[in-house]
Amino acid sequence: MADAPLKLAVPRGALFGETLDLLDAAGIDTSEMRGDSRSLIFEASGMTFVTMRPSDVPTYVEAGAADVGITGKDVLLEQADRVVYELLDLGFGRCRMVLAARTGNDRLGEAQRRLGMMRIATKYPRIAEDYFESTGRRVELIEVKGSVELAPLVGLGDGIVDLVATGRTLEENELEVREEIVDCTARFVANRVAHKLRAAEIDELTAKLREASAR
Amino acid sequence: MIHPIPPGTRDVLPDEMRELRKLQRALMEVFEGRGYGEVATPSIEYDELMARADGPTRSSYRFFDESGELLALRSDMTVPIARLVASRFAAGEPPFRFSYLASGFRAVRPQSGQMREFLQAGVELIGAAPGEGTVEVIEVLEAALDAAGLGRAVIGLGDADLYRQLLEELGVEGEARDSIHISLATHDLVGLEQKLSDAGIGTEQAQTCVRLTQLRGGSEVLEQAHGLGGEAVERATARLSETYEELRRRGIADRVQIDLGLLRELGYYSGAILEVYDPALGHVLGGGGRYDGLMQQFGLDLSAAGFALYLDRVHTAQLEEARRG
Repeated sequence: MADAPLKLAVPRGALFGETLDLLDAAGIDTSEMRGDSRSLIFEASGMTFVTMRPSDVPTYVEAGAADVGITGKDVLLEQADRVVYELLDLGFGRCRMVLAARTGNDRLGEAQRRLGMMRIATKYPRIAEDYFESTGRRVELIEVKGSVELAPLVGLGDGIVDLVATGRTLEENELEVREEIVDCTARFVANRVAHKLRAAEIDELTAKLREASAR
Repeated sequence: MIHPIPPGTRDVLPDEMRELRKLQRALMEVFEGRGYGEVATPSIEYDELMARADGPTRSSYRFFDESGELLALRSDMTVPIARLVASRFAAGEPPFRFSYLASGFRAVRPQSGQMREFLQAGVELIGAAPGEGTVEVIEVLEAALDAAGLGRAVIGLGDADLYRQLLEELGVEGEARDSIHISLATHDLVGLEQKLSDAGIGTEQAQTCVRLTQLRGGSEVLEQAHGLGGEAVERATARLSETYEELRRRGIADRVQIDLGLLRELGYYSGAILEVYDPALGHVLGGGGRYDGLMQQFGLDLSAAGFALYLDRVHTAQLEEARRG
């Protein structure tokens, strides 16, 4: 069955460093990935590593272009319609999805009270929609791609839904957390068919990662 | 001038059609050769009838006809064939064997590549003894995969009653159970462990349950499950082991992967469930299983089993296997 090495989708960006640390701890050689090579694909320890944006990981894994992958729970929630198996909570990359608004400013509450509707800027329209729907509130979602903290400062929306690690960016932009939506950490995911047909390899890697992440 | 067609539908042009027809002929020949006569049913049925199989098979497309009757586009062929057997063969001598090549219709997510209209080829075996029926259906499926040239394809075999009975044994019911079922069906193990713990299941039992979902492979899996204990597990492994033994006697066990984590979303399955994979394709090629309860919905106390293959995906797998050389 194993005609090619197992392919792991590795997230670049905020999760990259800790992902490599975890792979190291699991006994996988990451030295090439740590180098300043512009390559996106690496071979090491009998596996293939494909580096990509975290938000692309579910796409590659669902299609089977990568057998397994590592990405944030925020990405998985936002792309909940992608069919991937979530095998393991890796524990690192912890951050919170929150509703935030300008510090000491009641515009958000006022919008809800007087208009029955809040305007919320976010990069996570799906998570935001599910959250407000599950709490019975009406919102107009404004999807932005870049720095979402900017939106309420210039009057685009009454608040934002965004991912917060330390809270420093919010503070610097005079924003404060109003509601906590969900905690997110890095997750280990697998393609549905690979999970069945490459069971032994995936189980072995899962066990190694479980052990390494528990340390 | 482009005249658009609805998302999730498509035209088939001659080059593709020639290949699809060849594949269809190969599959239908296998079905006919094993005594599964081909039937056709209407694409539209009364909604009330399609709704008897509740859950995700409920038709996505419903509309009123000119006299105000609520009609539905069929979402698969299992329910229409159950109806057909109840209406036309109630007095006949079971078992009944039927095959079909037909379109089903389901709602799609935008831009997901999912098809709103999809072609399926499959069989239904109604009224055979339960264990015997499952084995026969797997045998036909195995022959169909060979006929399609997918020598590396694997048939996953699971048990739909396992978690239903296990959760009952653990005393989980109502909303908590439904929510756990969703985690099992989507294979969200992190969510599963959390939900089991929320439902008051102890860490050890929760971990046993999670470990159970990871057991897939040959007959060694049944022994490993045995070690995890519990009456529900015992019953499921006994059923699976009986089926597997029979498959082994018929020489097709090596095509079958026992999978205790297999749980299909279609609501009507009971007992054995099947899924089909090919290593060249990241998507499932088809599936099936037993659905004894569905026949009871139509007033027949008959056990039933069947499978359906998605023609387009089988065709894609053929192409991928050929590329592999």
